Amino acid sequence: MQEYLLSIRGVSKSFSGVRVLNDVHLDVRAGTVHSLMGENGAGKSTLMKCLFGIYRQDAGEFYLAGKPFNFTDPKHALENGVSMVHQELNQVVQRTISDNIWLGRYPTKGPFIDERKMRADTLALFHRINIHLDPDTPLSRLSVSQRQMVEIAKAISYDVKIIVLDEPTSSLTDNEVNTLFDIIGVLKKQGVGVIYISHKMDEIFRISDYVTVLRDGNYVGTEHVEGLTMDKVVNMMVGRDLEDRFPPKTNVPGDVHMSVRGLTTKYPPVVHDVSFDLRRGEILGVAGLVGAGRTELMEALFGVRTKVSGEILIDGKPIANASPNRSIRNSFAYLTEERRETGIYPLADITFNSTIANIEAYRNRAGFLVNSKMEKDTDTQVKAMRIKTPSKREPIRSLSGGNQQKVIIGRWLLTNPDVLLLDEPTRGIDVGAKYEIYQLIINLANSGKSVIVVSSEMPELIGITNRILVMSNGYMAGIVDTDTATQTDIFNLATKYLNNSREAEV
Amino acid sequence: MSGTATRRLSSMTKEQWKELLVKNAIYIVIFMIIMFIIISEPSFLSANVFRNILTQSAVRLILAFGVGGIIILQGTDLSLGRSVGFAAVITGSLLQRADYASRFYPDMPALPLVVPLLIACAVSAFFSAINGWVVAKFKIHPFLATLGMMITLYGVLSIYFASGAPGPQPIGGFDTRYTDFVIGSTLGIPNLVIYAAIISVIVWVLWNKTTFGKNLYAVGGNPEAAKVSGVNVSKTIILVYVMAGILYGIGGYLEAARIGSANNGTGYGYELDAIAACVVGGISFSGGIGKVSGAVAGVLMFTVISYGMTFIGMDQYFQYIIKGVIIVAAVALDAKKYIKKT
Repeated sequence: MQEYLLSIRGVSKSFSGVRVLNDVHLDVRAGTVHSLMGENGAGKSTLMKCLFGIYRQDAGEFYLAGKPFNFTDPKHALENGVSMVHQELNQVVQRTISDNIWLGRYPTKGPFIDERKMRADTLALFHRINIHLDPDTPLSRLSVSQRQMVEIAKAISYDVKIIVLDEPTSSLTDNEVNTLFDIIGVLKKQGVGVIYISHKMDEIFRISDYVTVLRDGNYVGTEHVEGLTMDKVVNMMVGRDLEDRFPPKTNVPGDVHMSVRGLTTKYPPVVHDVSFDLRRGEILGVAGLVGAGRTELMEALFGVRTKVSGEILIDGKPIANASPNRSIRNSFAYLTEERRETGIYPLADITFNSTIANIEAYRNRAGFLVNSKMEKDTDTQVKAMRIKTPSKREPIRSLSGGNQQKVIIGRWLLTNPDVLLLDEPTRGIDVGAKYEIYQLIINLANSGKSVIVVSSEMPELIGITNRILVMSNGYMAGIVDTDTATQTDIFNLATKYLNNSREAEV
Repeated sequence: MSGTATRRLSSMTKEQWKELLVKNAIYIVIFMIIMFIIISEPSFLSANVFRNILTQSAVRLILAFGVGGIIILQGTDLSLGRSVGFAAVITGSLLQRADYASRFYPDMPALPLVVPLLIACAVSAFFSAINGWVVAKFKIHPFLATLGMMITLYGVLSIYFASGAPGPQPIGGFDTRYTDFVIGSTLGIPNLVIYAAIISVIVWVLWNKTTFGKNLYAVGGNPEAAKVSGVNVSKTIILVYVMAGILYGIGGYLEAARIGSANNGTGYGYELDAIAACVVGGISFSGGIGKVSGAVAGVLMFTVISYGMTFIGMDQYFQYIIKGVIIVAAVALDAKKYIKKT
């Protein structure tokens, strides 16, 4: 076992009787990148939390350079050279960059904090990995991707032997991803073992040496990346071949349904002067880099974000959509990007989560809610969407990401919308469930609904949309036909206004 | 291009102006109230009034620092007043004149002044530590944990209060060494003001220059982040409550002499004044945000207003309305600062 820097042997873990890890192995060699793959709910994060001392495993052992260990808490793990970039950004945004980086191990001079050393160490660290930020800036003033880079800087600032990166690129720009990969290259040379968790196949193939796949908490296998194909990985992850990642586009766009003219929002991040038409039965994609204003555009359409000018026309008639409530009455539906933050009511059951957007419809004449009606509709949605749940009384929190997403889509379908705004509808959802969501979206378009899909995954946009609107730094850079456009075209549009608006901001 | 850029710039300046006004609205309103007071009664601007205001602020400030730390932790402390009351009663019972007729402990020798201070601080810190422990270990909301403590402490304090030789009657007749120490002056400066200043400096250093302080802000801002970074969150929480308890102990010690007597009702409602001052001073209930200077400003503003309104003979009940409105307005404006506009 000495040849491995880290050995995870036969780890099992159950939560309230449900087994989430079952006899899992992972062996990481020094100076390699070992990717850990699996669908959502496969147990990757749980395994890493056991390693890091956040959870205590029920069975199994960890060995660091051949010696058995068991971290009692994160502090213990960090002291022993195991650090982790968590999937959720765990940061104190009110405090400065250097306060966050040295949190838990502030350098002191006697009884006092050595601020000068903190600042100098932060600058040295940033210099090493090519970040240009003032250590005294509060995190609340940084963008999400800058914050993510700070988190990565922090993780490598520990004298690490093992570093776990759990979806580190989820909000990074391509340039930052390149920087991160350079950093990983340096760490490899220093003999660090990197455990890399990501859903993005291209990244996995770009930087991994080994890939270990988990499925439903079980160990499926470990492969050297040479000779491994994407199909093979997907096969290992889902346990079957996915003939095609996308269902056939059978929808046929009709007449113009919604027209948007000169839409501009008030508060930053601002969307400037967006105009487009959406046809009935069409799936329009919205592409763009992080911070391009895609979500802001959806929020403006749905009345979450204040508009200063521009109009929205439905069948030629202007509508205001001044608030989400009005938008729902205008037959709009908006699936938000952050499911956990703004989508689900985690502790409430499936019935509540399914019917809440349409709650007015379940009142009887006296104005009281009728349970049987709500339950009937919930049953219909659970069946139609093939939502996997023990019962409709189950809190939505206990469902997998994909099933949660189906419940939320079902919620909006109950309002019988004509225009669906879907913001990252497959984020954090496993491969199998993604396909089902794609099929669902195409079916909706087939039934004459107009759909806008925002996504960061280019293949997804190309796979299911008819046209793609590209945003660039708050401006609309253009609309392309999905069948004729290449990824390069879209990328060029996405970067069109990058320099332009920087000039305007300064 | 340059045209639009200029237009954008000028509109941004306007927005910034507005933001600046909104950010400081509470200070502007308070400034206006003070101006109103000064105009209606110009004698308000006198060294004597200034002295009185500082003296009246001293104990409040010390208490505000205690609960302020807890508010930075996203908590609150309703037991502050009773804790102060207990500390005041303990101090009073131990520092009565030898010739006073109804002494709490008839045979108590004259103690060094520091002994009752240490006992008062230890008792307050003990009960406050229980608050911290309950909050940290059982994840009970501080409002409820300290509500329970507030009621419990009143019981404990009243039993102690009634257990003295003369029975349950106000404790007075303090040792002059003690009253001189608290309400005397040094080089023309009231001692209370000096103590409050010293404690302000100590608290400032603790909050800004020590690991304890950084951890306080980190745990208050995002306990999960602090935990995964290896901060002992429970320990930090308990320490913050212990520190609050010590400050309540000091506050109670000073308060008994300041008022000249102590009973089981002493300190009643002080928590609300202290919390209000913190909030007006920008210590945010959402946690992780708050400065020593904010607590100082909050306490001073409150004292100036209440002293000033009484000074110009404003109706007592009308004063309550103004204070109440100021508190809510301060919180609303504070929230506005952090709410993201969409």
